[in-house]
Amino acid sequence: MLELQNIKKTFHKGRESVVAVDDVSFEIKSGEILGLVGESGCGKSTISRIIMQLLIPDSGSVTLGDVNLTALPRKEIRRHRLDFQMVFQDPYASLNPRQTIFSTIGEALQQRNPGLKGEVLRKRVGELLETVGLPANQMQRYPHEFSGGQRQRIAIARALAPEPRIIIADEPVSALDVSIQSQILNLLRKLQQELGLTMLFISHDLSVVHYLADRIAVMYGGKIIEHGKASQIFHEPKEDYTRKLLSSVPVLAKLAR
Amino acid sequence: MPLLDIQDLKVSFHSRNGEVRAVDGVNIQVEKGEVVGIVGESGSGKSVTAYSLLGLIPMPPGKIEGGKALFQGTDLLSLGKKELNSYRGAKISMIFQDPMTSLNPYLKVSTQMIEPLEIHENLSTKRALHRAIESLEQVGIPEAQKRIHSYPHEFSGGMRQRVMIAMALITKPDLLIADEPTTALDVTIQKQVLDVIRDLQKDTGTSVIFITHDLAVVHEMCDSVNVMYAGRVVESAPASELISNPLHAYTQGLYRSNPSNTAKGQDLHTIPGLPPDLAKLPPGCSFRPRNTLGDPSLCLTDRKPELVEYSESHFVQNCPGCLARPEPSEPTTHA
Repeated sequence: MLELQNIKKTFHKGRESVVAVDDVSFEIKSGEILGLVGESGCGKSTISRIIMQLLIPDSGSVTLGDVNLTALPRKEIRRHRLDFQMVFQDPYASLNPRQTIFSTIGEALQQRNPGLKGEVLRKRVGELLETVGLPANQMQRYPHEFSGGQRQRIAIARALAPEPRIIIADEPVSALDVSIQSQILNLLRKLQQELGLTMLFISHDLSVVHYLADRIAVMYGGKIIEHGKASQIFHEPKEDYTRKLLSSVPVLAKLAR
Repeated sequence: MPLLDIQDLKVSFHSRNGEVRAVDGVNIQVEKGEVVGIVGESGSGKSVTAYSLLGLIPMPPGKIEGGKALFQGTDLLSLGKKELNSYRGAKISMIFQDPMTSLNPYLKVSTQMIEPLEIHENLSTKRALHRAIESLEQVGIPEAQKRIHSYPHEFSGGMRQRVMIAMALITKPDLLIADEPTTALDVTIQKQVLDVIRDLQKDTGTSVIFITHDLAVVHEMCDSVNVMYAGRVVESAPASELISNPLHAYTQGLYRSNPSNTAKGQDLHTIPGLPPDLAKLPPGCSFRPRNTLGDPSLCLTDRKPELVEYSESHFVQNCPGCLARPEPSEPTTHA
Protein backbone atom coordinates (compact mmCIF):
# COMPACT_ATOMS: atom_id res chain seq x y z
CA MET A 1 0.00 0.00 0.00
CA LEU A 2 2.61 2.53 1.11
CA GLU A 3 6.19 1.94 0.18
CA LEU A 4 9.31 3.92 1.03
CA GLN A 5 12.41 3.14 -0.97
CA ASN A 6 15.92 4.23 -0.09
CA ILE A 7 14.82 7.50 1.44
CA LYS A 8 17.65 9.83 2.32
CA LYS A 9 17.44 13.27 3.85
CA THR A 10 20.22 15.53 5.02
CA PHE A 11 19.72 18.80 6.85
CA HIS A 12 22.25 21.58 6.49
CA LYS A 13 23.01 24.19 9.05
CA GLY A 14 25.85 26.46 8.18
CA ARG A 15 28.77 24.26 7.33
CA GLU A 16 27.48 21.34 9.34
CA SER A 17 25.17 18.77 7.91
CA VAL A 18 23.14 16.13 9.66
CA VAL A 19 21.96 12.98 7.97
CA ALA A 20 18.49 12.68 9.51
CA VAL A 21 17.27 9.76 7.44
CA ASP A 22 19.80 7.42 5.91
CA ASP A 23 18.63 4.96 3.27
CA VAL A 24 15.33 3.96 4.85
CA SER A 25 13.02 1.51 3.11
CA PHE A 26 9.86 -0.09 4.41
CA GLU A 27 6.33 -0.83 3.36
CA ILE A 28 2.96 -0.83 5.09
CA LYS A 29 0.36 -3.23 3.80
CA SER A 30 -3.30 -2.37 3.60
CA GLY A 31 -5.03 -2.81 6.97
CA GLU A 32 -1.77 -3.10 8.83
CA ILE A 33 -0.34 -1.15 11.75
CA LEU A 34 3.38 -0.60 11.49
CA GLY A 35 5.08 0.57 14.65
CA LEU A 36 8.08 2.86 14.23
CA VAL A 37 10.16 2.98 17.40
CA GLY A 38 13.14 5.08 18.37
CA GLU A 39 14.37 7.89 20.59
CA SER A 40 14.03 11.61 19.99
CA GLY A 41 16.29 12.64 17.18
CA CYS A 42 16.44 9.26 15.49
CA GLY A 43 14.58 10.52 12.44
CA LYS A 44 11.07 9.19 13.13
CA SER A 45 9.36 12.52 12.67
CA THR A 46 11.40 13.35 9.59
CA ILE A 47 10.10 10.11 8.08
CA SER A 48 6.52 11.08 8.85
CA ARG A 49 7.03 14.50 7.30
CA ILE A 50 8.52 12.95 4.20
CA ILE A 51 5.52 10.62 3.88
CA MET A 52 3.21 13.62 4.27
CA GLN A 53 5.18 15.32 1.48
CA LEU A 54 5.96 18.20 3.80
CA LEU A 55 9.64 17.56 3.25
CA ILE A 56 11.22 16.53 -0.01
CA PRO A 57 13.77 13.74 0.38
CA ASP A 58 17.22 14.08 -1.21
CA SER A 59 16.77 10.73 -2.87
CA GLY A 60 14.44 7.77 -2.78
CA SER A 61 10.76 7.43 -3.43
CA VAL A 62 7.44 7.28 -1.58
CA THR A 63 4.81 5.23 -3.37
CA LEU A 64 1.17 5.09 -2.34
CA GLY A 65 -0.74 2.38 -4.17
CA ASP A 66 0.74 2.75 -7.65
CA VAL A 67 1.43 6.49 -7.54
CA ASN A 68 4.99 7.63 -6.99
CA LEU A 69 4.42 10.71 -4.85
CA THR A 70 7.99 11.95 -4.96
CA ALA A 71 7.79 12.29 -8.73
CA LEU A 72 4.57 14.32 -8.73
CA PRO A 73 4.49 18.07 -9.39
CA ARG A 74 3.69 20.20 -6.32
CA LYS A 75 0.13 20.93 -7.42
CA GLU A 76 -0.71 17.26 -7.66
CA ILE A 77 0.76 16.57 -4.24
CA ARG A 78 -1.83 18.79 -2.60
CA ARG A 79 -4.59 16.58 -3.91
CA HIS A 80 -2.89 13.47 -2.60
CA ARG A 81 -2.27 14.89 0.82
CA LEU A 82 -5.82 14.04 1.79
CA ASP A 83 -4.82 10.41 1.60
CA PHE A 84 -2.60 10.94 4.63
CA GLN A 85 -3.90 12.19 7.93
CA MET A 86 -2.00 12.73 11.13
CA VAL A 87 -2.80 12.36 14.81
CA PHE A 88 -0.38 14.24 17.02
CA GLN A 89 0.89 13.85 20.56
CA ASP A 90 -0.71 16.86 22.12
CA PRO A 91 -4.48 17.05 21.61
CA TYR A 92 -4.46 20.45 23.32
CA ALA A 93 -2.28 21.96 20.62
CA SER A 94 -3.64 20.23 17.54
CA LEU A 95 -7.28 21.35 17.69
CA ASN A 96 -8.30 24.90 16.89
CA PRO A 97 -9.65 26.31 20.18
CA ARG A 98 -11.97 28.73 18.38
CA GLN A 99 -13.73 26.15 16.26
CA THR A 100 -16.52 23.93 17.48
CA ILE A 101 -16.06 20.22 17.05
CA PHE A 102 -18.71 20.31 14.33
CA SER A 103 -16.82 22.92 12.36
CA THR A 104 -13.44 21.17 12.80
CA ILE A 105 -14.70 17.78 11.66
CA GLY A 106 -17.13 19.22 9.12
CA GLU A 107 -14.29 21.08 7.43
CA ALA A 108 -12.24 17.90 7.27
CA LEU A 109 -15.20 16.06 5.69
CA GLN A 110 -15.69 18.79 3.09
CA GLN A 111 -12.10 18.51 1.97
CA ARG A 112 -12.95 15.19 0.36
CA ASN A 113 -16.58 16.00 -0.45
CA PRO A 114 -16.94 19.76 -0.96
CA GLY A 115 -20.65 19.27 -1.67
CA LEU A 116 -21.50 18.03 1.82
CA LYS A 117 -23.81 20.52 3.53
CA GLY A 118 -26.58 20.99 6.05
CA GLU A 119 -28.29 17.99 7.51
CA VAL A 120 -26.16 15.43 5.64
CA LEU A 121 -22.96 17.01 6.93
CA ARG A 122 -24.35 17.15 10.44
CA LYS A 123 -25.26 13.49 10.24
CA ARG A 124 -21.81 12.49 8.99
CA VAL A 125 -20.10 14.45 11.80
CA GLY A 126 -22.38 12.72 14.32
CA GLU A 127 -21.54 9.32 12.89
CA LEU A 128 -17.82 10.01 13.07
CA LEU A 129 -18.10 11.14 16.69
CA GLU A 130 -19.92 7.94 17.54
CA THR A 131 -17.26 5.90 15.75
CA VAL A 132 -14.65 7.29 18.12
CA GLY A 133 -16.89 6.88 21.15
CA LEU A 134 -18.19 10.40 21.72
CA PRO A 135 -21.86 11.34 21.92
CA ALA A 136 -23.05 13.01 18.71
CA ASN A 137 -24.96 15.68 20.61
CA GLN A 138 -21.71 17.32 21.77
CA MET A 139 -20.65 18.56 18.35
CA GLN A 140 -21.45 22.18 19.09
CA ARG A 141 -18.92 22.31 21.90
CA TYR A 142 -15.42 23.72 21.84
CA PRO A 143 -12.19 21.76 22.46
CA HIS A 144 -11.63 23.24 25.93
CA GLU A 145 -14.84 21.62 27.12
CA PHE A 146 -13.34 18.18 26.63
CA SER A 147 -10.73 16.23 28.58
CA GLY A 148 -7.38 15.19 27.09
CA GLY A 149 -8.56 11.72 26.17
CA GLN A 150 -11.75 13.04 24.58
CA ARG A 151 -9.75 15.57 22.60
CA GLN A 152 -7.54 12.83 21.28
CA ARG A 153 -10.74 11.05 20.16
CA ILE A 154 -11.80 14.24 18.36
CA ALA A 155 -8.39 14.43 16.69
CA ILE A 156 -8.82 10.83 15.55
CA ALA A 157 -12.32 11.59 14.19
CA ARG A 158 -10.90 14.53 12.28
CA ALA A 159 -8.16 12.33 10.84
CA LEU A 160 -10.76 9.77 9.72
CA ALA A 161 -13.03 12.40 8.14
CA PRO A 162 -11.37 12.83 4.72
CA GLU A 163 -11.30 9.04 4.32
CA PRO A 164 -7.52 8.83 4.26
CA ARG A 165 -5.78 5.74 2.99
CA ILE A 166 -3.29 5.86 5.80
CA ILE A 167 -3.10 7.49 9.22
CA ILE A 168 0.17 8.57 10.73
CA ALA A 169 -0.06 8.66 14.51
CA ASP A 170 2.92 10.42 16.08
CA GLU A 171 3.08 9.50 19.80
CA PRO A 172 -0.71 9.71 20.11
CA VAL A 173 -0.90 8.38 23.66
CA SER A 174 2.34 9.66 25.21
CA ALA A 175 0.69 12.69 26.78
CA LEU A 176 -2.22 10.78 28.31
CA ASP A 177 -2.76 9.18 31.70
CA VAL A 178 -2.43 5.40 31.76
CA SER A 179 -6.16 4.83 32.25
CA ILE A 180 -7.00 7.13 29.31
CA GLN A 181 -4.16 5.75 27.23
CA SER A 182 -5.74 2.31 27.37
CA GLN A 183 -9.06 3.71 26.13
CA ILE A 184 -7.37 5.29 23.10
CA LEU A 185 -5.32 2.16 22.34
CA ASN A 186 -8.49 0.06 22.42
CA LEU A 187 -10.17 2.56 20.10
CA LEU A 188 -7.33 2.43 17.57
CA ARG A 189 -7.41 -1.36 17.61
CA LYS A 190 -11.18 -1.36 17.13
CA LEU A 191 -10.86 1.04 14.19
CA GLN A 192 -8.23 -1.16 12.59
CA GLN A 193 -10.52 -4.18 12.85
CA GLU A 194 -13.75 -2.48 11.82
CA LEU A 195 -12.56 -0.01 9.20
CA GLY A 196 -9.47 -1.86 8.01
CA LEU A 197 -7.40 1.16 9.02
CA THR A 198 -3.82 1.34 7.78
CA MET A 199 -1.55 3.12 10.20
CA LEU A 200 2.00 4.16 10.90
CA PHE A 201 2.25 4.30 14.67
CA ILE A 202 5.26 6.26 15.91
CA SER A 203 6.29 5.91 19.53
CA HIS A 204 9.23 5.58 21.86
CA ASP A 205 7.39 3.16 24.11
CA LEU A 206 7.99 -0.41 23.00
CA SER A 207 5.34 -1.93 25.24
CA VAL A 208 2.64 0.25 23.66
CA VAL A 209 3.92 -0.45 20.15
CA HIS A 210 4.15 -4.17 20.81
CA TYR A 211 0.59 -4.21 22.01
CA LEU A 212 -0.82 -2.39 18.99
CA ALA A 213 1.41 -2.97 15.97
CA ASP A 214 1.50 -5.93 13.60
CA ARG A 215 5.09 -5.24 12.63
CA ILE A 216 7.76 -3.05 14.22
CA ALA A 217 10.63 -1.13 12.70
CA VAL A 218 13.30 0.07 15.12
CA MET A 219 15.07 3.24 14.10
CA TYR A 220 18.40 4.50 15.36
CA GLY A 221 20.57 7.30 14.02
CA GLY A 222 18.50 7.72 10.87
CA LYS A 223 18.59 4.05 9.92
CA ILE A 224 16.18 1.19 10.41
CA ILE A 225 18.30 -1.25 12.34
CA GLU A 226 15.77 -3.96 12.95
CA HIS A 227 12.49 -4.83 11.35
CA GLY A 228 10.05 -7.69 11.85
CA LYS A 229 6.90 -9.06 13.38
CA ALA A 230 5.93 -7.29 16.60
CA SER A 231 6.19 -10.37 18.80
CA GLN A 232 9.51 -11.35 17.28
CA ILE A 233 11.09 -7.92 17.89
CA PHE A 234 9.66 -7.90 21.39
CA HIS A 235 10.63 -11.40 22.44
CA GLU A 236 13.70 -12.17 20.31
CA PRO A 237 15.42 -8.88 19.51
CA LYS A 238 18.55 -9.32 17.45
CA GLU A 239 20.18 -5.93 17.83
CA ASP A 240 21.81 -4.64 21.00
CA TYR A 241 20.02 -1.33 20.67
CA THR A 242 16.60 -3.01 20.58
CA ARG A 243 17.51 -4.96 23.68
CA LYS A 244 18.53 -1.73 25.37
CA LEU A 245 15.21 -0.14 24.44
CA LEU A 246 13.36 -3.13 25.84
CA SER A 247 15.30 -3.18 29.09
CA SER A 248 14.58 0.53 29.60
CA VAL A 249 10.83 0.01 29.81
CA PRO A 250 9.86 -0.10 33.47
CA VAL A 251 7.98 -3.31 34.13
CA LEU A 252 5.30 -4.29 36.53
CA ALA A 253 5.71 -7.67 38.16
CA LYS A 254 2.97 -10.06 37.20
CA LEU A 255 -0.05 -9.76 39.41
CA ALA A 256 0.19 -12.38 42.12
CA ARG A 257 -3.07 -14.11 42.86
CA MET B 1 9.53 10.49 64.21
CA PRO B 2 9.17 10.57 60.41
CA LEU B 3 11.07 13.25 58.46
CA LEU B 4 7.80 14.52 57.04
CA ASP B 5 4.39 13.88 58.51
CA ILE B 6 1.44 15.18 56.53
CA GLN B 7 -1.65 15.06 58.70
CA ASP B 8 -5.18 15.47 57.43
CA LEU B 9 -4.20 17.97 54.73
CA LYS B 10 -7.12 19.77 53.11
CA VAL B 11 -6.66 22.13 50.18
CA SER B 12 -9.43 23.74 48.20
CA PHE B 13 -9.64 26.07 45.23
CA HIS B 14 -12.24 28.68 44.59
CA SER B 15 -13.59 28.32 41.07
CA ARG B 16 -16.50 29.49 38.96
CA ASN B 17 -18.23 26.17 39.59
CA GLY B 18 -17.89 26.57 43.32
CA GLU B 19 -15.46 25.34 45.92
CA VAL B 20 -13.21 22.55 44.62
CA ARG B 21 -11.73 20.31 47.29
CA ALA B 22 -8.52 19.25 45.53
CA VAL B 23 -6.97 17.52 48.54
CA ASP B 24 -9.32 16.08 51.11
CA GLY B 25 -7.79 14.77 54.31
CA VAL B 26 -4.50 13.30 53.11
CA ASN B 27 -2.10 11.60 55.53
CA ILE B 28 1.35 10.72 54.23
CA GLN B 29 4.51 9.93 56.16
CA VAL B 30 8.00 10.04 54.74
CA GLU B 31 10.78 8.41 56.77
CA LYS B 32 14.39 9.48 56.51
CA GLY B 33 16.00 7.96 53.42
CA GLU B 34 12.70 6.63 52.11
CA VAL B 35 11.31 7.00 48.58
CA VAL B 36 7.56 7.53 48.77
CA GLY B 37 5.46 7.41 45.63
CA ILE B 38 2.22 9.28 45.02
CA VAL B 39 0.30 7.82 42.07
CA GLY B 40 -2.85 9.05 40.44
CA GLU B 41 -4.42 10.50 37.32
CA SER B 42 -4.39 14.16 36.37
CA GLY B 43 -6.51 16.01 38.87
CA SER B 44 -6.21 13.44 41.62
CA GLY B 45 -4.53 15.96 43.90
CA LYS B 46 -1.07 14.44 43.88
CA SER B 47 0.74 17.59 42.78
CA VAL B 48 -1.37 19.90 44.92
CA THR B 49 -0.41 17.83 47.96
CA ALA B 50 3.27 18.33 47.21
CA TYR B 51 2.99 21.96 46.17
CA SER B 52 1.21 22.95 49.34
CA LEU B 53 4.22 21.81 51.38
CA LEU B 54 6.37 24.52 49.84
CA GLY B 55 3.72 27.21 49.68
CA LEU B 56 3.52 26.91 45.92
CA ILE B 57 -0.27 26.94 45.81
CA PRO B 58 -1.50 30.26 44.43
CA MET B 59 -3.65 31.84 47.14
CA PRO B 60 -6.24 32.89 46.18
CA PRO B 61 -7.82 30.93 44.49
CA GLY B 62 -6.21 28.20 46.56
CA LYS B 63 -6.69 27.80 50.28
CA ILE B 64 -5.21 25.41 52.77
CA GLU B 65 -8.22 24.56 54.87
CA GLY B 66 -6.68 22.37 57.44
CA GLY B 67 -4.08 19.87 58.46
CA LYS B 68 -0.42 19.93 59.28
CA ALA B 69 2.80 19.13 57.46
CA LEU B 70 5.39 18.46 60.12
CA PHE B 71 8.88 18.58 58.66
CA GLN B 72 11.51 17.74 61.27
CA GLY B 73 8.89 18.79 63.79
CA THR B 74 8.06 22.17 62.24
CA ASP B 75 4.67 22.68 60.63
CA LEU B 76 5.49 23.94 57.13
CA LEU B 77 1.94 25.14 56.62
CA SER B 78 2.22 27.61 59.49
CA LEU B 79 5.41 29.26 58.25
CA GLY B 80 5.56 32.73 56.76
CA LYS B 81 7.09 33.44 53.39
CA LYS B 82 10.51 34.33 54.76
CA GLU B 83 10.78 31.32 57.01
CA LEU B 84 9.62 29.06 54.20
CA ASN B 85 12.35 30.47 51.97
CA SER B 86 14.97 29.11 54.33
CA TYR B 87 13.57 25.63 53.66
CA ARG B 88 12.95 25.93 49.94
CA GLY B 89 15.97 24.87 47.93
CA ALA B 90 17.93 24.20 51.10
CA LYS B 91 16.24 21.46 53.08
CA ILE B 92 13.51 20.69 50.57
CA SER B 93 14.09 20.78 46.82
CA MET B 94 11.81 20.11 43.94
CA ILE B 95 12.15 18.94 40.35
CA PHE B 96 9.41 19.32 37.79
CA GLN B 97 8.21 17.57 34.69
CA ASP B 98 9.43 20.16 32.24
CA PRO B 99 12.93 21.39 33.04
CA MET B 100 12.62 24.23 30.53
CA THR B 101 9.93 25.89 32.61
CA SER B 102 12.05 25.88 35.74
CA LEU B 103 15.40 26.84 34.29
CA ASN B 104 15.90 30.47 33.37
CA PRO B 105 16.63 30.52 29.63
CA TYR B 106 18.53 33.82 29.89
CA LEU B 107 21.03 32.68 32.49
CA LYS B 108 23.94 30.32 32.16
CA VAL B 109 23.58 27.08 34.08
CA SER B 110 26.54 28.09 36.22
CA THR B 111 24.80 31.25 37.42
CA GLN B 112 21.65 29.33 38.28
CA MET B 113 23.49 26.61 40.13
CA ILE B 114 25.68 28.90 42.19
CA GLU B 115 22.82 31.06 43.42
CA PRO B 116 21.38 28.62 46.01
CA LEU B 117 24.83 27.96 47.43
CA GLU B 118 25.54 31.66 47.83
CA ILE B 119 22.17 32.24 49.45
CA HIS B 120 21.87 29.22 51.70
CA GLU B 121 25.47 28.38 52.47
CA ASN B 122 27.30 31.70 52.06
CA LEU B 123 29.91 30.11 49.82
CA SER B 124 32.27 32.22 47.74
CA THR B 125 31.60 32.19 44.01
CA LYS B 126 34.70 30.18 43.33
CA ARG B 127 33.89 27.45 45.83
CA ALA B 128 30.25 27.41 44.75
CA LEU B 129 31.31 26.93 41.15
CA HIS B 130 33.49 24.05 42.18
CA ARG B 131 30.60 22.41 44.02
CA ALA B 132 28.31 22.99 41.03
CA ILE B 133 30.73 21.28 38.65
CA GLU B 134 31.03 18.38 41.07
CA SER B 135 27.32 17.96 41.23
CA LEU B 136 26.96 18.05 37.43
CA GLU B 137 29.56 15.29 37.26
CA GLN B 138 27.55 13.32 39.79
CA VAL B 139 24.51 13.26 37.55
CA GLY B 140 26.62 12.12 34.62
CA ILE B 141 27.04 15.24 32.51
CA PRO B 142 30.16 14.82 30.38
CA GLU B 143 32.72 17.65 30.36
CA ALA B 144 30.93 19.34 33.25
CA GLN B 145 33.70 21.89 33.63
CA LYS B 146 32.99 23.24 30.17
CA ARG B 147 29.27 22.53 29.97
CA ILE B 148 28.43 24.46 33.12
CA HIS B 149 28.95 27.69 31.22
CA SER B 150 26.29 26.77 28.66
CA TYR B 151 22.73 28.04 28.50
CA PRO B 152 19.82 25.66 29.19
CA HIS B 153 18.81 25.46 25.52
CA GLU B 154 22.19 24.02 24.67
CA PHE B 155 21.33 20.83 26.55
CA SER B 156 19.09 18.02 25.31
CA GLY B 157 15.90 17.12 27.21
CA GLY B 158 17.48 14.35 29.25
CA MET B 159 20.58 16.41 30.01
CA ARG B 160 18.42 19.35 31.07
CA GLN B 161 16.55 17.10 33.47
CA ARG B 162 19.93 16.03 34.87
CA VAL B 163 20.89 19.68 35.32
CA MET B 164 17.64 20.11 37.26
CA ILE B 165 18.44 17.16 39.46
CA ALA B 166 21.96 18.42 40.06
CA MET B 167 20.55 21.82 40.98
CA ALA B 168 17.97 20.33 43.29
CA LEU B 169 20.51 18.20 45.11
CA ILE B 170 23.35 20.70 45.26
CA THR B 171 22.37 21.96 48.70
CA LYS B 172 22.08 18.36 49.96
CA PRO B 173 18.40 18.65 50.88
CA ASP B 174 16.76 16.30 53.34
CA LEU B 175 13.75 15.94 51.08
CA LEU B 176 13.47 15.94 47.30
CA ILE B 177 10.05 16.28 45.69
CA ALA B 178 10.06 14.95 42.14
CA ASP B 179 6.91 15.78 40.18
CA GLU B 180 6.68 13.52 37.12
CA PRO B 181 10.39 14.08 36.44
CA THR B 182 10.55 11.62 33.54
CA THR B 183 7.11 11.84 31.94
CA ALA B 184 8.33 14.02 29.08
CA LEU B 185 11.35 11.87 28.33
CA ASP B 186 12.05 8.94 26.01
CA VAL B 187 12.20 5.52 27.66
CA THR B 188 15.97 5.13 27.41
CA ILE B 189 16.52 8.62 28.80
CA GLN B 190 13.86 7.98 31.44
CA LYS B 191 15.81 4.97 32.59
CA GLN B 192 19.02 6.97 32.84
CA VAL B 193 17.34 9.73 34.79
CA LEU B 194 15.61 7.29 37.15
CA ASP B 195 18.95 5.56 37.73
CA VAL B 196 20.58 8.89 38.52
CA ILE B 197 17.89 9.80 41.04
CA ARG B 198 18.06 6.42 42.69
CA ASP B 199 21.86 6.32 42.89
CA LEU B 200 22.06 9.81 44.35
CA GLN B 201 19.27 9.00 46.76
CA LYS B 202 21.21 5.98 47.99
CA ASP B 203 24.47 7.90 48.27
CA THR B 204 23.11 10.91 50.08
CA GLY B 205 20.25 9.34 52.05
CA THR B 206 17.88 12.03 50.84
CA SER B 207 14.19 11.20 51.22
CA VAL B 208 12.16 11.47 48.04
CA ILE B 209 8.51 12.08 47.27
CA PHE B 210 8.03 10.72 43.78
CA ILE B 211 4.89 11.85 41.95
CA THR B 212 3.87 9.95 38.84
CA HIS B 213 0.91 8.43 37.01
CA ASP B 214 2.91 5.37 35.98
CA LEU B 215 2.65 2.38 38.33
CA ALA B 216 5.58 0.69 36.61
CA VAL B 217 7.87 3.62 37.42
CA VAL B 218 6.69 3.54 41.02
CA HIS B 219 7.46 -0.13 41.20
CA GLU B 220 11.04 0.52 40.09
CA MET B 221 11.66 3.56 42.26
CA CYS B 222 9.68 3.58 45.46
CA ASP B 223 9.74 1.95 48.86
CA SER B 224 6.13 2.77 49.60
CA VAL B 225 3.25 4.05 47.51
CA ASN B 226 0.14 6.15 48.05
CA VAL B 227 -2.54 5.87 45.38
CA MET B 228 -4.64 9.02 45.16
CA TYR B 229 -8.08 9.44 43.65
CA ALA B 230 -10.29 12.52 43.76
CA GLY B 231 -8.15 14.22 46.40
CA ARG B 232 -7.94 11.27 48.77
CA VAL B 233 -5.54 8.43 49.37
CA VAL B 234 -7.40 5.26 48.39
CA GLU B 235 -4.60 2.80 49.06
CA SER B 236 -1.19 2.95 50.69
CA ALA B 237 1.35 0.16 51.10
CA PRO B 238 4.96 -0.86 50.61
CA ALA B 239 5.58 -0.86 46.83
CA SER B 240 6.08 -4.60 46.41
CA GLU B 241 2.97 -5.35 48.47
CA LEU B 242 0.86 -2.88 46.48
CA ILE B 243 1.92 -4.34 43.14
CA SER B 244 1.52 -7.97 44.16
CA ASN B 245 -1.69 -7.48 46.10
CA PRO B 246 -3.65 -4.41 44.99
CA LEU B 247 -6.85 -4.28 47.01
CA HIS B 248 -8.75 -1.25 45.80
CA ALA B 249 -10.66 -1.52 42.51
CA TYR B 250 -8.95 1.67 41.29
CA THR B 251 -5.43 0.36 41.95
CA GLN B 252 -6.32 -2.86 40.20
CA GLY B 253 -7.71 -0.89 37.27
CA LEU B 254 -4.52 1.16 36.98
CA TYR B 255 -2.49 -2.02 37.07
CA ARG B 256 -4.49 -3.74 34.37
CA SER B 257 -4.55 -0.69 32.04
CA ASN B 258 -0.83 -1.11 31.52
CA PRO B 259 -0.30 -2.55 28.03
CA SER B 260 2.65 -4.67 29.13
CA ASN B 261 0.27 -6.78 31.24
CA THR B 262 -2.08 -7.56 28.39
CA ALA B 263 -1.59 -10.17 25.70
CA LYS B 264 -1.51 -8.89 22.14
CA GLY B 265 -4.93 -8.90 20.52
CA GLN B 266 -6.78 -8.78 23.83
CA ASP B 267 -8.68 -5.69 24.78
CA LEU B 268 -6.85 -3.55 27.30
CA HIS B 269 -8.62 -3.03 30.57
CA THR B 270 -9.96 0.49 30.78
CA ILE B 271 -11.25 2.46 33.68
CA PRO B 272 -14.39 3.80 32.03
CA GLY B 273 -15.32 7.47 32.14
CA LEU B 274 -13.31 10.28 33.62
CA PRO B 275 -12.11 11.32 37.05
CA PRO B 276 -15.00 13.04 38.84
CA ASP B 277 -15.63 16.76 38.88
CA LEU B 278 -14.23 17.76 42.25
CA ALA B 279 -16.75 20.57 42.55
CA LYS B 280 -19.64 18.12 42.43
CA LEU B 281 -18.42 15.10 44.34
CA PRO B 282 -21.10 12.67 45.47
CA PRO B 283 -21.27 12.23 49.24
CA GLY B 284 -20.13 8.59 49.23
CA CYS B 285 -17.37 6.69 47.48
CA SER B 286 -16.13 8.85 44.60
CA PHE B 287 -14.92 5.87 42.55
CA ARG B 288 -18.36 4.24 42.37
CA PRO B 289 -19.30 5.38 38.81
CA ARG B 290 -16.06 3.94 37.39
CA ASN B 291 -15.88 0.83 39.51
CA THR B 292 -16.08 -2.17 37.18
CA LEU B 293 -13.70 -4.55 38.93
CA GLY B 294 -15.49 -4.47 42.27
CA ASP B 295 -19.20 -4.27 42.91
CA PRO B 296 -20.46 -0.67 42.58
CA SER B 297 -23.81 -1.58 44.14
CA LEU B 298 -21.98 -2.13 47.43
CA CYS B 299 -20.09 1.19 47.33
CA LEU B 300 -20.77 3.58 50.18
CA THR B 301 -23.20 6.32 49.21
CA ASP B 302 -23.76 8.11 52.49
CA ARG B 303 -20.23 8.83 53.70
CA LYS B 304 -16.63 8.87 52.50
CA PRO B 305 -14.86 5.56 53.09
CA GLU B 306 -12.14 5.72 55.73
CA LEU B 307 -8.58 4.56 55.18
CA VAL B 308 -8.07 1.47 57.36
CA GLU B 309 -5.16 -0.87 57.96
CA TYR B 310 -6.18 -3.99 56.04
CA SER B 311 -3.07 -5.98 56.78
CA GLU B 312 0.24 -4.91 58.30
CA SER B 313 1.18 -1.49 56.84
CA HIS B 314 -1.23 -2.01 53.95
CA PHE B 315 -3.92 0.66 54.15
CA VAL B 316 -6.98 0.84 51.92
CA GLN B 317 -10.22 2.80 51.83
CA ASN B 318 -12.81 0.69 53.53
CA CYS B 319 -15.47 0.75 50.82
CA PRO B 320 -17.16 -2.64 50.45
CA GLY B 321 -17.88 -2.03 46.75
CA CYS B 322 -14.30 -1.18 45.85
CA LEU B 323 -12.87 -4.06 47.85
CA ALA B 324 -15.35 -6.61 46.48
CA ARG B 325 -14.10 -9.02 43.88
CA PRO B 326 -17.31 -10.46 42.46
CA GLU B 327 -15.73 -13.07 40.22
CA PRO B 328 -12.11 -13.73 39.42
CA SER B 329 -11.69 -12.59 35.83
CA GLU B 330 -9.05 -15.24 35.20
CA PRO B 331 -9.38 -18.80 36.45
CA THR B 332 -7.14 -19.41 39.43
CA THR B 333 -5.07 -22.56 39.62
CA HIS B 334 -6.27 -23.64 43.02
CA ALA B 335 -10.05 -23.75 43.32
